[in-house]
Amino acid sequence: MKQSKRFFMIPYFIWIGLFVIAPLVLILYQSLTNTQHQFTLQNYATYGTSTTYLHMSLNSLWYAFLITAITLLISYPAAYFLSKLKHQQLWLLLIILPTWINLLLKAYAFIGLLSRTGSVNQFLTFVGIGPQQLLFSDASFLLVATYIEIPFMILPIYNAIVELNPALINASRDLGATNWQTFRRVIFPLTISGVKAGVQAVFIPSLSLFMLTRLIGGNRVITLGTAIEEHFMTTMNWGMGSTIGVVLIVMMFIIMALTNDRRKKRREVNDDEEN
Amino acid sequence: MAAPIIELQGITKTYDDGFTALSNINMTIEPGKFYSLLGPSGSGKTTILRLIAGFTNASSGAILFEGQKINDLPANQRKVNTVFQNYALFPHLDVFENVAFGLNLQKRPKAEIKKRVLDALKLVQLPGYANREISELSGGQQQRVAIARAIVNEPKVLLLDEPLSALDMKLRQDMQYELRELQQRLKITFIFVTHDQEEALAMSDEIFVVNDGKILQSGTPVDIYDEPINHFVANFIGESNILPGEMLADYQVEFVGKTFECADAGMKPNEKVEVVLRPEDLDVTTAEQGKLVVTVDTQLFRGDHFEIIGIDDDGNEWLIHSTNPVRGGKHIGLTFEPEDIHVMRFGEKEADFDARLEQYEED
Ligand SMILES: Nc1ncnc2c1ncn2[C@@H]1O[C@H](COP(=O)(O)OP(=O)(O)OP(=O)(O)O)[C@@H](O)[C@H]1O
Ligand SMILES: [Mg+2]
Repeated sequence: MKQSKRFFMIPYFIWIGLFVIAPLVLILYQSLTNTQHQFTLQNYATYGTSTTYLHMSLNSLWYAFLITAITLLISYPAAYFLSKLKHQQLWLLLIILPTWINLLLKAYAFIGLLSRTGSVNQFLTFVGIGPQQLLFSDASFLLVATYIEIPFMILPIYNAIVELNPALINASRDLGATNWQTFRRVIFPLTISGVKAGVQAVFIPSLSLFMLTRLIGGNRVITLGTAIEEHFMTTMNWGMGSTIGVVLIVMMFIIMALTNDRRKKRREVNDDEEN
Repeated sequence: MAAPIIELQGITKTYDDGFTALSNINMTIEPGKFYSLLGPSGSGKTTILRLIAGFTNASSGAILFEGQKINDLPANQRKVNTVFQNYALFPHLDVFENVAFGLNLQKRPKAEIKKRVLDALKLVQLPGYANREISELSGGQQQRVAIARAIVNEPKVLLLDEPLSALDMKLRQDMQYELRELQQRLKITFIFVTHDQEEALAMSDEIFVVNDGKILQSGTPVDIYDEPINHFVANFIGESNILPGEMLADYQVEFVGKTFECADAGMKPNEKVEVVLRPEDLDVTTAEQGKLVVTVDTQLFRGDHFEIIGIDDDGNEWLIHSTNPVRGGKHIGLTFEPEDIHVMRFGEKEADFDARLEQYEED
């Protein structure tokens, strides 16, 4: 019995070993070598002392935060109303559909829409306020990134809302709670797991977005993702690129730890009720 | 009669799928009394409570609270609290926070909340459980937390949807006493749903028997037990012997081929009727002295009485409750008083039934 169980685990272990453990080890190893393949901590020292990298890291965090916040703000109400609709499966499909299309294609589609001769500017010209510089701005970068990430936020939140027992909402209203109080005290706490899953699914990839920063942001937005691409493709400084990779991985673990369900603190009855 | 606290007037409820769960329900609820809704599964009991609590809208008819129409009043503004059939406890809050939910919304002082919550937990026999998570409770414990969460608010009207169904016999009886005591002490109006007829008989001031979305009969437990309106009610409330009969004249009924004196009147001559005789109203005597003679088929000791099943010459089964066992001789006689016979007409409406009883019973 045990023997065969182990046997079936083998593909899993091979997968994990080849595609998770080995790359991590390689990145770590690369980050500890310089361009002459000698062991060094210089890359980390550079990262730690350079204001450019500090600025880039903060930039990455800031944009990832913005993208996550905007998606959350749009997705929670959207998921909530979605859960009340009649043909939910159809609406869900419409939301999932764009995720099946290649990111690059979507980026080019937006370039087509937002460029100086694009349809948006044609419309702006038509109403007499165009053409405007839409592409290569912070706003367009945030717009496209949000558009791309929204399905990954809506789905987990929608699932959490659908799983919510409607009797609990009745119970809350029965005990005198207004709609807002019911939302704050019952619905939101019980769907927070979906929000956390959504935040993970959006924030972490947003940390290392690089294609959009170039195509839509016109390199005005420089993030750690852009820096990694530079180091690997242009300056060929793999050590420094890997170091930034390690920093990103550490950030991801921190986000995971922060958004994972922690065991609820026990409150003694003798203590004052926190409110 | 005190001014009613809740009235349902001609309530009909048709769900979105076209199913009519309630038709023409009329109820008058007086303050401070204990009402039971008694009926089989799917009869519409929960639907009635949901309408009163405001979780669903009536398709037609009016719901009045202290004389004001409240059909459109949202649930959180109605002065009623509910103990839900499936408990509906908040899984993200512990026992204390669940019970304190309503009081917290009312912004009561901390000390008062704490005292009232702990008192409520004591009442449902769960002292010391305040810090438990809901997932760490048994079904019966969850049910009692649900009771505590509702009663702690001391509402004017408490709606209880089978609040004791998950409890064992001993605890159930304890809780019946506690709830009845609480209801009388605080003068809360209880509307208590159950399909346990003994529970309804023991606890209620008044019972509504519900079947198939209609109220078949309402009245005190004694009224309903002694004078069920039809076959369904007689069978549902207590055990009974129900036989086809014929009303020869006022106070004279024929069944099993014999004519008996009875206490019922007001029917057409020779009207076909049904006759109810309760098992405990049948007394065992010798075959010679009996109004009826049956052959003992089985005899079971039920703790406080013997349950005897006898079969008469026509093959009818008779259920008899007797304090003493039948010894020797398989033939026994059964006697009963004219008042023990209850005659039921086919298809009689409650209003006509009540009017007829009023007219003929007083003299
Ligand atoms: N949301 C709904 N949509 C359609 N039909 C419903 C709905 N809720 C209840 N019903 C139907 O209405 C009828 C009455 O339901 P209700 O829950 O009031 O019964 P009940 O008397 O409380 O039964 P039980 O003793 O099993 O709890 C049932 O036939 C049920 O299937
Ligand atoms: Mg029910």
